[in-house]
Amino acid sequence: MREKILYALAAIAAALLVYNMNQIFLVLPDEKDQGAIYRIIFIHVPVAFISLLGPFAACVFSLMYLSGKRLQWDRAASSMIEVSWVFATVNLATGMIWARIIWGIWWTWDPRLTSMFTLWLLFGGYLMMRASIQDTNQRARLSAVLNIFAAVNVVIVYKSIEWWRTQHPGPVLTVRDGGGMAPGMEQALWLNFLAFALLAAVIVLVRMRQQSVEQEIEAMRRYAHAL
Amino acid sequence: MRFLRQSWSVAAKDLRSEIRTKEALNASLSFSLVILLLFSFAFDPAAEQIRDFSGGLLWMVFAFAAALILNRSFARELENDCLDMLLASPVPPAALFLGKVSANFVLLMAVELIALPVFGIFYNVNWGMQAASLVLVTALGTWALAVIGTMFSALTVNLRLRELMLPVLVYPMMIPALMASIQLTTDLIAGQPLAGDSFLWLRVLVAFNVIFTALSVVFVDTVLLG
Repeated sequence: MREKILYALAAIAAALLVYNMNQIFLVLPDEKDQGAIYRIIFIHVPVAFISLLGPFAACVFSLMYLSGKRLQWDRAASSMIEVSWVFATVNLATGMIWARIIWGIWWTWDPRLTSMFTLWLLFGGYLMMRASIQDTNQRARLSAVLNIFAAVNVVIVYKSIEWWRTQHPGPVLTVRDGGGMAPGMEQALWLNFLAFALLAAVIVLVRMRQQSVEQEIEAMRRYAHAL
Repeated sequence: MRFLRQSWSVAAKDLRSEIRTKEALNASLSFSLVILLLFSFAFDPAAEQIRDFSGGLLWMVFAFAAALILNRSFARELENDCLDMLLASPVPPAALFLGKVSANFVLLMAVELIALPVFGIFYNVNWGMQAASLVLVTALGTWALAVIGTMFSALTVNLRLRELMLPVLVYPMMIPALMASIQLTTDLIAGQPLAGDSFLWLRVLVAFNVIFTALSVVFVDTVLLG
């Protein structure tokens, strides 16, 4: 049953992605100032949303783990961090490509870029720490605490953005009073957010299953060793 | 009251053993002098713009030197199973943690209050104009460094890669506090009083300290005892 849900979700995500790519590349016109490169926003922004949402969702699961000490919550939290870290990497990479063409530079120490980079480093540290702990329960406990600290810090880092001069384009979506995007384009962006969110959910579920199998094998190995 | 007394006895123990050996203190102090020297090769130390990034340089020295002290905070309790004894004693982990934070805070402040005038002499920066405000900002930034550093020292104490993991985890966590401290220190050295925009950064620093001190006190039980 779980497998069927996974396949169904993956199929919906794939179909939606194909539809979106057709919309983005073949249906929507070029933007009047930026030309074709503006299309990167359809990947850059949804991916950024997910990489920012992931740690907070994971933080909830970390708290659940600490209150109940059930390993499945740890698997959920860590899989979410892994996936959002990869999405953050995609966000940074696509942003750099866009910046190279529009700003003429790969990188600038704009606060928004800096805070995304900080987030990337924070959770990179989280993943490194997880990799260095062998004991499953100790790993779960320590990484849950680290995740809570990092998630709280993300808020503080993100807030400090608004207090520094910023070069990054302002909000374009209507939910943040941006209103700077044509309706058709904004719709494509939200649809692509949905597609990427589904994709992220599928990868998280696959990773959770992988980790659960991993832990099962580890337990069997220990049992065999004890015999 | 009892809680404070317990914290105090842990802090006093840490300070006493540090003052007797002076291991971390000497290492941290000489390391900060080495970085101060290295900075003079990285850019023209006689340049006029030095004031614009003096706050940043100073806090980089503080942050790097702090890693040496913080690394040992919990690791030194591993010998002879001292950590297990401390945890088995009637001192609650939160009191143990606050005691260690206070001891680290005192040690870091000692290193910084020596490094600050040395920095002023070598780089011809006049830090004496607003000494009181500068000490306040330094104390707030150092408390942030001590809280995060001690918490992560506890978090990594049983890890194989302890010495490697601590800086990787601590510096990204410290970014908001370091940003605020750097901004404030640069302003103060340039002769601007603590007012207007500076208050915003002061608030960031205070909020950072309050939030993470509270979080650490809550979660240190989980980290040390499980």
